Amino acid sequence: MSEIVKKFLYLNRRAPYGSIHAWEALEVVLIGAAFDQDVSVLFLDDGVCQLIKGQDTKGIGMKNFSPTYRTLGDYDIRKIYVDRVSLERRGLTPDDLIEIAGEDPETEEEIENLVEVIDRARVSALMNESDAIFSF
Amino acid sequence: MANTIEVDGKQFTVDEEGYLADLNDWVPGVATVMAGQDNLELTSEHWDIINFLREYYAEYQIAPAVRVLTKAVGKQLGKDKGNSKYLYSLFPYGPAKQACRFAGLPKPTGCV
Repeated sequence: MSEIVKKFLYLNRRAPYGSIHAWEALEVVLIGAAFDQDVSVLFLDDGVCQLIKGQDTKGIGMKNFSPTYRTLGDYDIRKIYVDRVSLERRGLTPDDLIEIAGEDPETEEEIENLVEVIDRARVSALMNESDAIFSF
Repeated sequence: MANTIEVDGKQFTVDEEGYLADLNDWVPGVATVMAGQDNLELTSEHWDIINFLREYYAEYQIAPAVRVLTKAVGKQLGKDKGNSKYLYSLFPYGPAKQACRFAGLPKPTGCV
């Protein structure tokens, strides 16, 4: 096990269905969570649609995996960001998104919602300070 | 050719690793038969974990990794049960893998 903690940033840029990217990205994040790195997940462009509440995939015959995002907190992933500009351009507000609960690692206190909507300056900073960026 | 197991005279399709092909097919007898194949007899402690996994899957649409399972079991069933020693004592082939198989779930994500 390496003791060097790297900053990983996962970029989710595509709509949840229609391609395998969103689901694959989520699986990679969950599997990668076992390696104790500093992980951030950012939803950008059409990727913000991955977190929309109340998805129903019956009509397209695909598995609705949106409930799985709510396990990110269980997997100790606490840095979950949504790009505000992408959200607004799609006529969405933070209230349209699912909430992902977590737990403070120090106090073990329950955190109601880890999802944080951030502006473009934070998005750039996040990208700049990451050691590795995985774009899906 | 697809593999099957027989439960109460009915055939259930399983994949090459023994996981149930369709989790909607699951009946408790599936767990009992699979456990028998692994030379295990299921106790109420086993059923607590199997039922827990089925509920977790129903809510989140994935089978949890063992680390996540351990923590969640500790929260829900008590700290004395939320450790891998206890879970391995129930499911010697790995709590996530073996218990998920009995519960009719797919192989857990992030399971190495």
